[in-house]
Amino acid sequence: MFKWLDPLAKPETLYHFCGKLLPWLMGSAIFTLLLGNIWGLGFTPTDYQQGDSYRIIHIHVPSAIMSMGAYLAMAIAAFTALVWQIKTAQWAVLAIAPIGAVYTAIALLTGMAWGKPMWGTWWVWDARLTSQLILLFLYFGVMALHGAFSDRQTGAKVASLLAVVGVINLPIIHFSVEWWNTLHQGATITKFAKPSIDPSMLWPLLISLLAFKLLLAALACYRLRTAILENEQHRPWVKQRVSQK
Amino acid sequence: MVKFGVFLQRELRLLARQKSDWLNPVLFFIIVLTLFPLGVGPEPNMLRIMAPGIVWIAALLSVLLAAERLFKDDFRNGVVEQLVAAKHALLPFVLAKIFSNWLSTGLPLLLLSPVVALLFNMQQPALYAMAFTLALGTPVLSLLSVLGAAITVSADKGGILLALLILPLYIPLLIFASAAIEAASMGLAYTGQLAVLVAIMLFSLALVPMAVCSALKINVS
Repeated sequence: MFKWLDPLAKPETLYHFCGKLLPWLMGSAIFTLLLGNIWGLGFTPTDYQQGDSYRIIHIHVPSAIMSMGAYLAMAIAAFTALVWQIKTAQWAVLAIAPIGAVYTAIALLTGMAWGKPMWGTWWVWDARLTSQLILLFLYFGVMALHGAFSDRQTGAKVASLLAVVGVINLPIIHFSVEWWNTLHQGATITKFAKPSIDPSMLWPLLISLLAFKLLLAALACYRLRTAILENEQHRPWVKQRVSQK
Repeated sequence: MVKFGVFLQRELRLLARQKSDWLNPVLFFIIVLTLFPLGVGPEPNMLRIMAPGIVWIAALLSVLLAAERLFKDDFRNGVVEQLVAAKHALLPFVLAKIFSNWLSTGLPLLLLSPVVALLFNMQQPALYAMAFTLALGTPVLSLLSVLGAAITVSADKGGILLALLILPLYIPLLIFASAAIEAASMGLAYTGQLAVLVAIMLFSLALVPMAVCSALKINVS
């Protein structure tokens, strides 16, 4: 595996690799996003208790799950950057951070919009809501830390370190609904048992989940390519590429 | 071990000469505590209910206040750079920093806790629970604030950034500590929460010093 991965540490190779992946990822992301959301929002049966407002789960649940998934991906990239001292992995950390922050914000906002009719309030200081908010602050911390150093290289490394330390929050968010019995409902899909949701609602949800994952990958590839060009702007291969166009 | 002793002696001597470094956070702790009854009203029952949270938040903020300057002087005059260059001295230095930070900020809070309990009319079980959680939690506060100080040591605007980075990491601690005190004030067993606090402390004691070392290395290079 390392033989296959090793060349990707080189910025130029990674740039072209991401460029090849990007159209596939973006295409399939848009396709699954349209499929999952149109199916989920338009054609699934109405819930017997919550009526039509439950449909927001097709956005809320995928973005919430992938906000943690993005953090994990960011932390793995950060760990790689710190242990093997790979510059491109540092750029990957900073490429993923804003996407993860937006996913977290989407999860929080859609959750609030759902909470108003269902719980009767926009916000409660529930364990899961609070820990999700903290996840948002962690993303902000990584981004702010990167910007706080006059030396870009130091900023990127230190941000990677913080990303690795912050992983501690992921299990806390995931198990918060089991450790504290509060207003937010327990896990429906992400557990080692039969999902407690009807198959007719489950399938579009799983497709939306896949869509958010693909979109995350596509956007990360796009941002990573930009970061590579920005950081390598004095290298001959970048100059050559720019002058060709 | 010898090196740890030397560094600890140095840190303590510095603290003895710079009294404001450890006196100010303690005074800050007391002032924040006195502000709460003025802010939310002097109703004794309400204060008793709010006391665990107030004490813990005041502790978090006062530890944070002490954190900013932890590595600044040593970084400016090149001590950190020398220690990074002499590889084996860095870990004992970091451990001595953490321990002296706990002695100067965590321990005074622990010693003050009976007085605080009197001020807020806390019952005896809640007082014991607060003392236990502070005894287990303040080392973690010190560890994490030293980590934050190391991460931001060469940053341009360290202070406010430090709060943004470290406060989210304090939250698990805050949740379990105030849960323990709350359970104790209702007369329930709180050994479970204490066990989690012990686990958090041991876990961070094992890993945070290494993270501090690598943060210092990054900032020097």
